[in-house]
Amino acid sequence: MTTTTRTGGRPVDAETIDPVAAERGILARQGGKAQSEWRRRWRRFRSYPPAIFALGFVIALVLLAIFAPLIAPYDPYDTSPRLRGDGPSREYLLGNDGTGRDILSRLIYGTRIALAVGLGATAIAVSIGVLVGAASGYFGGKVDLLLSRIVDTLMAFPTIALLLVLSAVLTPSIPLVIAIIGFTVWASYARVVRAEVLSLKERDYVLAARASGATSSRIIVRHIVPNVIGVVIVLASLAIGGVIIYESALSFLGLGVRPPEPSWGRMLADGRDFIRNYPHIMIAPGVFITLTVLAFNLLGEGLRDAFDPRGRR
Amino acid sequence: MLRYVAVRVVQGAVVLALISLLTFGLIHAAPGSPISLLVGEARVTPETIANLERRWGLDRPVWEQYLVWLGNVVTGDFGQSITRTGTPVTEMIGEALPYTLRLNAAAITLSIAIAIPLGIMAAYRRNTMLDYITTATSTLGVAVPNYWIGLLLIIVFASQLGWLPTYGAGAGWRSYVLPVTVLAFEEMAGLIRVTRGATLEALGSDHVQTARAKGLRERSVLTGHVVRNALLPIVTVLGYRIAFILSGTIVIETVFAFPGIGRLFSDSLFNLDYQVVQALVLLLALIVVTGNLLTDLTYALIDPRIRIAS
Repeated sequence: MTTTTRTGGRPVDAETIDPVAAERGILARQGGKAQSEWRRRWRRFRSYPPAIFALGFVIALVLLAIFAPLIAPYDPYDTSPRLRGDGPSREYLLGNDGTGRDILSRLIYGTRIALAVGLGATAIAVSIGVLVGAASGYFGGKVDLLLSRIVDTLMAFPTIALLLVLSAVLTPSIPLVIAIIGFTVWASYARVVRAEVLSLKERDYVLAARASGATSSRIIVRHIVPNVIGVVIVLASLAIGGVIIYESALSFLGLGVRPPEPSWGRMLADGRDFIRNYPHIMIAPGVFITLTVLAFNLLGEGLRDAFDPRGRR
Repeated sequence: MLRYVAVRVVQGAVVLALISLLTFGLIHAAPGSPISLLVGEARVTPETIANLERRWGLDRPVWEQYLVWLGNVVTGDFGQSITRTGTPVTEMIGEALPYTLRLNAAAITLSIAIAIPLGIMAAYRRNTMLDYITTATSTLGVAVPNYWIGLLLIIVFASQLGWLPTYGAGAGWRSYVLPVTVLAFEEMAGLIRVTRGATLEALGSDHVQTARAKGLRERSVLTGHVVRNALLPIVTVLGYRIAFILSGTIVIETVFAFPGIGRLFSDSLFNLDYQVVQALVLLLALIVVTGNLLTDLTYALIDPRIRIAS
């Protein structure tokens, strides 16, 4: 590790101050570019403690989703009228909801929906965004004009309103919820990628490649994409949290994931019906949504540090 | 400058045209014909249905329906509500709009009054307790679903303490306290981050160092050089945000059963009252497009680089 000085409460190593010199030094020592680059990114990521906690939390969520049947103490769909609205107890750690289902088990199964929607919709949105943004920025001219108007149109649409109309029209299943969100929120990523590609296109090495006769597709694959990938990873990790909030809001309003599926937003809607008599029902799902969104956002900030050492918080 | 304005206005018009087309297409594709909703369980002859279709213009080809609708919209006629038969959509929006405007005006004012000074102080006293608490709160604020905060506030202040009404707008200013708090909190979280970032940027710039080197008092440096330069990006972001806030109230108005346009939107959606939904989507989009246009123009007016680059 290079000399670490403390500036502004967080350790900042020499390379952050002078990336070029640092790269030379590290290259000389390790003699491998690809390896050292990821190693340096990992070190910058690690130097932001909240991101480490976030990473741990996300890994825990993934495990929870995969092993839900083994971890959940009860069947998430099993209603027992006897337990209706019971508060937390030794057998039912978070209590029971308005129809007597175990809240903890529903939360654990809900992880599956949250992650599927969060990751799935983000994957769709970022893929479309990268394709459209790259085409728009790289080809310019008429293509750019057309694609930019489409992007403008989507961005002028109030997102929640569009999501609500689409969900009402399509009465979606979970895969359809994923598609609806993915196809609605991609526009802002297209805009970022377009700007990035526009600036990359003018760099010397791209001009040099073109001068030496490289085809457009080769330039895109070899020179543009590898340089945009950092921005895309950061965008994607920051997008997941937003997508999870959209899904929960849709399900909360009764238009996203349908009952009896244990979506966290849906659980909040169930809890709302009993807000006077059993307020405990809607505490835990909200806490879970908040922590999950927070974790993905902090992960994104850590990744931004890792991929863009000059950016500061 | 005139050329820039012209280009931007045309772009805005194109976007609005595309939105109207998309909205109309979406609503048209929606299941459940408005006629069956209107008729309900009542037994009717095919003639009655044909008559109704003729009256609402549903027997004509789709593109003709679109053009008729667009023509009406341009002249300010959004048609009539189907659930509240005969009531013009414009009248329904006119009833709801003042509630939403009051709600949002209060929320935006509150969030600006708190977030901007707090963001500036957090950046100025970077890495102090104040900064940590401010940053942590705004990070948390971005992650919390706003409707959940609404529910928690209802439990504490309406259900348990009984200080404020649970829903509706029937209790004068007391009805506004909870929804305004939720909206302002959400808005503050984002605004604090932008303000803090912009102030940090300004603090690190050369002219601030020069001002300090000249021996200017810290107070003058802060107000005259740092804040002035930080305000430009803040105002820009704020301009874009305000346009979007209106649509952000959809969920909150539904949670508090607040009779504004957000509530009208979700109610109409559930009642399949598509005339109202269409009108509202178009109205919200119009606000966003106009808001963005005004922000861009203001920015171009202040910063000549932007109009030259375009």
